[in-house]
Amino acid sequence: MYDNSTMETGKRTLSVLLVLVAFLAFWQLAVMLLRPPEYLLPSPVAVAKELGTAPEWYLSHAVRTIGATLLGFAAALGLGFIAAVGIVYSRILENTLYTLLVALNSIPKIALAPLFIIWMGTGLTSKVAVSFTIAVFAIVVDTVLGLRSIDPDALDLFKSVRATPLQILIRLRFPNSLPYLFAGMKVAISLALVGAIAGEFVASQAGLGYVILAAQGSFQTTRVFAAIVLLGVLGTILFFIVEVLEWVVCPWHVSHRERS
Amino acid sequence: MSESAQIAAFENVPGAGDVRIHAVDKTYPGRSGSVTALKDVNVSVKGGEFVSILGPSGCGKSTLLRCVAGLDHPSQGSITLGGQPIDAPPLDMGFVFQRDVLLDWLNVINNVLLPCKLKKLPIHQWKPKALALLKLIGLAGFEHRRPWELSGGMRQRVAICRALLLNPTLLLMDEPFGALDAMTRDELNLELQDVWLSNAKTVLFVTHSISEAVFLADRVLVMSRSPGRIVDVIPVDLPRPRTLSVRETPAFTKYVAHIRQLFESFGILRGTNVR
Ligand SMILES: Nc1ncnc2c1ncn2[C@@H]1O[C@H](COP(=O)(O)OP(=O)(O)O)[C@@H](O)[C@H]1O
Ligand SMILES: [Mg+2]
Repeated sequence: MYDNSTMETGKRTLSVLLVLVAFLAFWQLAVMLLRPPEYLLPSPVAVAKELGTAPEWYLSHAVRTIGATLLGFAAALGLGFIAAVGIVYSRILENTLYTLLVALNSIPKIALAPLFIIWMGTGLTSKVAVSFTIAVFAIVVDTVLGLRSIDPDALDLFKSVRATPLQILIRLRFPNSLPYLFAGMKVAISLALVGAIAGEFVASQAGLGYVILAAQGSFQTTRVFAAIVLLGVLGTILFFIVEVLEWVVCPWHVSHRERS
Repeated sequence: MSESAQIAAFENVPGAGDVRIHAVDKTYPGRSGSVTALKDVNVSVKGGEFVSILGPSGCGKSTLLRCVAGLDHPSQGSITLGGQPIDAPPLDMGFVFQRDVLLDWLNVINNVLLPCKLKKLPIHQWKPKALALLKLIGLAGFEHRRPWELSGGMRQRVAICRALLLNPTLLLMDEPFGALDAMTRDELNLELQDVWLSNAKTVLFVTHSISEAVFLADRVLVMSRSPGRIVDVIPVDLPRPRTLSVRETPAFTKYVAHIRQLFESFGILRGTNVR
């Protein structure tokens, strides 16, 4: 079973890589044949060269963006989880906090970015705040769902040995919610990155969002592409880390999913 | 006091594993009127007795078992275990559900030890018992497997070990083998009998299989629905330990035929409801 699924994963990764390589080759070829001006469409090779000219500079900006993303994500995870527990255990919180969250979710959270800049300045804090705001909803909703979807028989099992409500939370509801929590985390980590970039777009002196905006202002399209490539790699790595964590923390869920 | 009177007085005193169900009604309030799940149920089970509860689905078997377990409460009447009224799940009770409800995040041994953990008993003291139970039921060497690596039969065996861990005087089983294939079911019937013979405890075993009910039980409670009530109590007088071949003996088939006729007379069995 393990061998099979590892092979499946390997095959899928390989095909994704192949498609990516083919796409880059096609792009390179098209640029070489059609010769568009570089400020419209640079070739992949040019973008790679651009990254090679100042790797430390790009890295320092990437670190800023990663910092804002991870801080926003961590805050969303921590506060979102606590809020979810509160919502599941308290009618009042369900009727106030949860209702409010659901209502506010229809606002495109990126629209709030300028507000956070006004309130918190152009530094890291405002980026973290946007990142948090945009990511937290996914965590809360999925965790609430996970804490609630308990097999009634499992609940009876715990009650039959007179488990306390706290034991039911810690030993049943919490582990049961982990697969749901990870589903929320996978959405949230991508959204947290979007939030950090959005914050950087509005006002900043550093970060990949800043790099993109500054380069765009001076028509350095190759540099824009270089930053976008870095963001793509970054997003993929962050998502992958959450996947690996899921594999380690709730292997039962991963195995169920692979079977179906 | 004469000797016979003394014995009579003694017999009136409930033993540790005695279950007395007295005039129990259970109604569930519903949107379209209330549902009467149990009506005037009276049962007296002696400590160490194996009783099967047999009936078509929806006749209140689970409701009755949940009331005995203290997970639900009768609307009328009373239930006692060892003379004590049951108003919370008794401490010396084990429950096996139709679905095994193993916790995915725990390995086999920790699933078996769950009651011990929840009751804050010293794990190291109970671990040998857990291992012995697993061995008894044919799962030696599987302690560190995860539930999702096991077959349905193995999973239910683990659930039985979990229910037996704290050596309960009362074991309640709600269609524990209902989801298993026929052959695994036969195996588990034999293993359950072994477990029970090695350490007699009161067992209430819910099933909708006539032959399973007869095979396992000292007495079969036959239930009918709308409203759920006990229509007959049939003592099964077959020598133990019973082997699977007992099912082909005339005595066994007579019990089965008798119960089938009983269901037919209540208009329940027209071939499919009860096997
Ligand atoms: N929690 C409940 N609320 C309302 N009705 C219930 C509930 N539990 C059981 N019932 C009803 O009581 C009857 C008996 O159910 P149950 O005890 O589960 O039957 P069985 O286990 O014999 O199949 C059924 O009609 C069922 O719909
Ligand atoms: Mg039932």
